[in-house]
Amino acid sequence: MVKKKSTVCRALRIQKTYWRGKVAVEALRGVDIQIKTNDYISIMGASGSGKSTLIHILSCLDTPTSGEYYLEDKLVSSYTDLELARVRNRFFGFVFQSFSLLPRLTGLDNVALPLIYANVKRQDRMRKAGAILHKIGLGDRMNHRPNEMSGGECQRVAIARALINDPKVIFADEPTGNLDSKTGAEIMGIFDQLVDEGNTVVMVTHDASVAAHARRIIKLKDGMVEHE
Amino acid sequence: MNDFLIKISLALQTFKTHRLRSFLTALGIIIGVSTVIAILSLIEGLNRSVAEQIQSIGSDLVFLTKHPMVMAGPQNIEEIANRPDLTPEDAEAISELPSVETAIPEISQQLTKLKYRDKEIATVRLVGSNEYFSTVNNRLVESGRDFNRDDITHRRNLCIIGSYVAKNLFPDESAVGKELTVRGHRLKIIGVYKEKGAFLGQSMDNFLVMPYTFYEKIFPRRGESIFERAFLGYSVDIKPRQGQVERTIDEVRELMRRRHGLSFDKKDDFELGTQQMLMEIYQNITRVGFIAIVAIAAISLVVGGIGIMNIMLVSVAERTREIGIRKAVGASNQNILSQFLVESVFLALIGGIIGILFGLVLAWLISVVSPLKASVSFWMILLGFGFSAAVGIFFGIYPARRAASLNPIEALRYE
Repeated sequence: MVKKKSTVCRALRIQKTYWRGKVAVEALRGVDIQIKTNDYISIMGASGSGKSTLIHILSCLDTPTSGEYYLEDKLVSSYTDLELARVRNRFFGFVFQSFSLLPRLTGLDNVALPLIYANVKRQDRMRKAGAILHKIGLGDRMNHRPNEMSGGECQRVAIARALINDPKVIFADEPTGNLDSKTGAEIMGIFDQLVDEGNTVVMVTHDASVAAHARRIIKLKDGMVEHE
Repeated sequence: MNDFLIKISLALQTFKTHRLRSFLTALGIIIGVSTVIAILSLIEGLNRSVAEQIQSIGSDLVFLTKHPMVMAGPQNIEEIANRPDLTPEDAEAISELPSVETAIPEISQQLTKLKYRDKEIATVRLVGSNEYFSTVNNRLVESGRDFNRDDITHRRNLCIIGSYVAKNLFPDESAVGKELTVRGHRLKIIGVYKEKGAFLGQSMDNFLVMPYTFYEKIFPRRGESIFERAFLGYSVDIKPRQGQVERTIDEVRELMRRRHGLSFDKKDDFELGTQQMLMEIYQNITRVGFIAIVAIAAISLVVGGIGIMNIMLVSVAERTREIGIRKAVGASNQNILSQFLVESVFLALIGGIIGILFGLVLAWLISVVSPLKASVSFWMILLGFGFSAAVGIFFGIYPARRAASLNPIEALRYE
C-alpha cells in the first residue's frame, strides 16, 4: 500500500469563535492536529465540544478565527475563495450525516456532481461515476433519485460522491447518525475497506462503537483536545 | 459549452417543477415585449403606407401657407393672424416664376352634413380653387368635365365632387348635372373625380371643389376670430418644373418678400414647405410616439425585471441547502453565480420569446381587423430579444450574487 506516511494536513492552534447574537461562542480553543496519509481518525466528544466545527475547518468548509492550517505545507488561510473551492473539489471528499444529496438528481448525477466543477467532460463523468457506484454496490440503483432510495443507499451515493475526485482525505460527519445499526455497520465496513485500500479517513462521531473502527481516536472537550 | 448546456437543463428543470410560478414571473416581460413588438410593427406599417401615400400624391409640390404646416411647440397665434393674407393674385404671380409650372390658390374648410334628397354625408371638405386644381393635385375627372378659366372668372356656381361623395349621395344615378345646396347656395355638379382610395381608414375622395371665386361668395371673410384669421385663409399649392424644387422655394420666397414689402432684416411672414418636409414632420411625430412606446415598454420591463428578481430571491432562499451542497463538493462562487444568472436570463428570454410571438400575432390581428397595416422588421425581434436578455442579467445579478456569497456551512445547516 502506502510505503511512507507523509503529512497531508497540519493544523496549529486552531481557534474558532462565532457569534450567536451578542454572545461569543468559543467552539475551538487552540487545537493542534496532524493528518497523515492512510490515517483512520475518529474525532469524538460530547455535543458542543467543537468536533463538527473542527472537521468543517479541516475540510475547508469553514475558516478558523485564528491559527494556522497547512495543506501539504501550503497555508490555507492565504487561499482565495476560488482556491478553497478547488480544494473542496479535488483535495477532500465529505460525507454528511444527512447525506446532503440533491433531491432532483439521480444517484448517478449526484455522484458526478463534483466532476462538473472539475470541468470533466460529460462522457467521462458518467463513466467514472458509474464505475464507483458499481464498486460500492449500487450499480443497479444509480438511476433512482434519493427519495426512492433507503438511507443506506443514500449514504453509499454520498460516499461515492466523496470518492469521485480521488481525494487525499475523506471527511465524514456522523456518517451513521441517521442510519439503523445494521446499515451503519455496513457503511462503516465501506470506510474500513477504503482505508485498507490506502485512503485517508477522518470522521466525527459520538458513538464509541463507530469510533472503534478507527486507528486513532481524538477526544475533544470544550474546544480542546482532551487526549489522543 | 458542455457545462453551459448543463446549466440550461438545470434551469429548465426548475421551470418544469414551478411551471405556474415561472409563467407568472415571465408575464411582465411577456406583456412588455409583446406591446413593444405590436406597436413597433404598427408604427413601421404606418410609416410605410404614409411614404407610399405621399409618393402617390405625385410630384414634389411646394406649399406656401400663412401659418406653419404643423404647429409644433409654442407659437404666437396673434403674430400669425396679423400676417398679410395670401391671395389668388399671389398664386397668379407665382405661376409666372421661371421655375414654376403651375400654382393654384386653395382655400378649404370642413362642412358638416351635405344632403341630397334623403341621402347625406356627415362631413365633407369644401375646397375653393381654380382650373389647375386637377393638374397640381394629380386628379383626374372621370365623368363630366373639369373647370375652365371662365368658370372661375365668372364666379360660376359649379363643383366637381370626389368619388366618395358621388357614391354616397348618388348611389344609383349619375351625379353630373345634379344640384347640391351649401349654405343656401345652389351648386351644380359638373364632374366626378377618379377614386384615390382610403388612407388609414380615411377616404381621400370625400371632398368637393368649386371655383374659389364662388367659395368667397359662400364664405365671406368678415369679423373673424384670431384663430380663423390665422388658419382659414388661402394657401398656394405650387407645382415646380421637373427637378426645380429648391429653385422654386428660393424664387417664391424672394417674390413673396417683395410683394409683402419686407426689408432684409425682417423675418418671413409666410411659410414654405415641401412634401419632403411633410414627410419629415410626420416622421418627427411618429418618433415622439416611438419614444413614448419605448418609455412605456421600459417601465413594464422594469416591472417584469423586479418580478424576476423577486422570484430569483425566493429561489435562492429555497435552494440554500442545494447551494451549500454544491459548494461543499467544490462549486466556486463563480459557478453558483452563473448557475443562477443563467436561470434568470433564461426566464427572461423565454418571456421575451413568448412576448415576441404574442406581439407578432397581436400586430397581425390588428392589421386584419383594422385599416392599420403592420410591418415586421428583423431588428424589432432582435430588440425584443436583447431587451429581455438585458433585463434577465440586470435583475438576476443581485440574487445570483447573494447565492454565490453564501457560506457553505450556514447554507448546509439551513432548513
